[in-house]
Amino acid sequence: MNVRAHMSMLFHLDKCIGCHTCSIACKNLWTDRKGAEYMWWNNVETRPGTGYPTQWENQERFNGGWEWDGKALRLRLHSRLSGLLKLFYNPSLPELDDYYEPFTFRYEDLFNAPAGTDQPTAIPVSQVTGEPMEIKTGPNWDDDLGGSNTYAWNDPAMADVPPAVREQMQELERVVFNYLPRICNHCLNPACVAACPSGAIYKRAEDGVVLVNENKCRAWRMCVAACPYKKAFYNWSTGKSEKCILCFPRLETGQAPACAHSCVGRIRYMGVLLYDADRIPQAAMVPDEQLIEAHRSVILDPFDPEVIASARANGIEDSWIAAAQNSPAYKFVVQWKLALPLHPEYRTMAMMYYIPPLSPVVSVIEEDLYRLDIAPERPGTAADRDFELFNRLDSARLPVQYLANLFSAGNEAVIRPILRKLLAVRIYMRRKTVDGCVDEQTLALLADAGTSVEEAEAIYRLTTVPTTAERFVLPQYHRETAIEAWADPLSRKGEAGFGFVQPPLRGE
Amino acid sequence: MIWDTIFFVILPYISLAVAVCVTVYRSIYRPFSVSSMSSQLLERKKLYWGSISFHYGIVLVLLGHLAALLLPKGLLLWNAVPVRMYLLELTGLALGIWALVGLGVLLWRRLSEKRVRAVTTPMDLAVLVLVILSALTGVLTATLYRFGTSWFTVVFTPYLASLFTLQPNIGLVTPLPWVIKLHVINFFILLAVFPFSRLIHIVTYPAGYLIRPWQIVLWNRKARAAARLPQTKGG
Repeated sequence: MNVRAHMSMLFHLDKCIGCHTCSIACKNLWTDRKGAEYMWWNNVETRPGTGYPTQWENQERFNGGWEWDGKALRLRLHSRLSGLLKLFYNPSLPELDDYYEPFTFRYEDLFNAPAGTDQPTAIPVSQVTGEPMEIKTGPNWDDDLGGSNTYAWNDPAMADVPPAVREQMQELERVVFNYLPRICNHCLNPACVAACPSGAIYKRAEDGVVLVNENKCRAWRMCVAACPYKKAFYNWSTGKSEKCILCFPRLETGQAPACAHSCVGRIRYMGVLLYDADRIPQAAMVPDEQLIEAHRSVILDPFDPEVIASARANGIEDSWIAAAQNSPAYKFVVQWKLALPLHPEYRTMAMMYYIPPLSPVVSVIEEDLYRLDIAPERPGTAADRDFELFNRLDSARLPVQYLANLFSAGNEAVIRPILRKLLAVRIYMRRKTVDGCVDEQTLALLADAGTSVEEAEAIYRLTTVPTTAERFVLPQYHRETAIEAWADPLSRKGEAGFGFVQPPLRGE
Repeated sequence: MIWDTIFFVILPYISLAVAVCVTVYRSIYRPFSVSSMSSQLLERKKLYWGSISFHYGIVLVLLGHLAALLLPKGLLLWNAVPVRMYLLELTGLALGIWALVGLGVLLWRRLSEKRVRAVTTPMDLAVLVLVILSALTGVLTATLYRFGTSWFTVVFTPYLASLFTLQPNIGLVTPLPWVIKLHVINFFILLAVFPFSRLIHIVTYPAGYLIRPWQIVLWNRKARAAARLPQTKGG
């Protein structure tokens, strides 16, 4: 057993309102720079939709992630040799127009325009060329489906959803979408690290953050193509790759990442997961339908004395073990089995997790009235009140197959229990708080969903009314023991703030 | 001739010294500045036609030059059979033209594509022009003064050897036609410009990728334990 700790983020998609506050917080902190304007380390997509960059899930074109042929795991992008041969031109690399051309407006024209009879306007200009441009697209142009079916129909994860279901989704009354906030997944088996010819990208063992060493990056830009989530970006100005750093400077000072901290819907949770690094290769090499199970098996029980002993032996601080025991990520991912990694079939073993969204309560408009969209099957029983579709998930507006394509490599058997458990919690709490009594049927329903009253209460509590300290269980980073603490405390004086990165020639 | 001495004795030594010293300095003290500065993100269609032909053409031609320097006898033996010599000459010429065409596309791209022009520095253009000049004079030499694969070994191999042994023998190069002289001088200039430009990415060719482990995991703590941190200022 080789125990390591990982900072994992968890997204409760039912709570996401698609406001992009996370994206803006991230943009203001990290990517509001020349060459990085087009990057959104954090973005929010409307799904079904094409996402950012457009059709990033289309691996036929972008060749991201890993492939397993039953024997060996291979990068889809290249073998070692072909990677070196393709340095001069890489056909799998997205181009700027796959993201969008970043733009700003000439605000100064509003003040500097000569006096005239018309109002001055601030025309849009490209942030690459600085020349006037016509804005054709943006990073979230398909927000709320962008007023068109086109985006949803071009979603790669919709491809194998049956035509009849897709047809239904087209009806105005049944249109449905959810939001999918995405950051770097800080994978256990990262394809960007494996694809980097310079070896500039690495995973921090202490907390699992995947970082680019910009001093070693030589702009071979293979990480951009190899990342199946398209979360490695190339800065065209500096000639270096950049990616989400999980706000490690914030984590190291006890603050949640900016995207999580600013989240209005409080959908994000942050916690430690202990994992067994020795089990990663096996877990990445199983058939598609076993991927989620294998992924969960890599995560270790932080209460197991053997795990704790191994963790200590690997130098993991006690505060980290305590944080792992109290981790919302561990609860949602392993204990309650409600959270899943995005696209496990890429076999990068993503360490950010999603709780799949539920469909809206079923209703249609009829004669100007809303009514429940299901005919009572057995009047007088619970079935006729099943407007949550607890027993009829296939009638849900968001097809189970679609969610399975996003979160479980197409395996519906993984998604169904999760949706049913979430629904059971919802039904149980409604009985308790609205109807005022929890009857036998409800308890049977909880049991049917594989949960208990205690668990349902706990899920409810952590979902709806968690405190900040419950959402973000952040361990101490002990910066006082980090490598910098051993250096001369004055060695960097004069380099921060109004100083010099390269010391001046005179005056040393 | 004083000019011959400047171009074929002084220039090569200065260029080589600059190339080595600045490359080492830049790699160690300014590593962030070392990059191939790819612009594929901004434009890819013309890059496809330009970059691939240029890189493969020039790399193979340069390997040919290197082979003539290191294995002159082997080259002469190969050329002992006329068919083989013609084959080598033709291959070299074709690769040179291929590279030249690629360079033409790259120059056209750099000037015509707005986005690429936005990231073009004067040094980028200078380097591009120098490399075009190099490829052009090379192709001209191959067509006007044939069988360079053979005469190279008796002109440039001993000349460069004389430079490396600090006994420069410019008698070997002074009688050469101006096209070939230009090719050589241009090379020395490129060598001097190399460490100041994006060309420095040549020395960072990541051959280590063939053998390194797929995943890289770093322990801050273990790095700390292993490091003998210098207690010096700056850095």
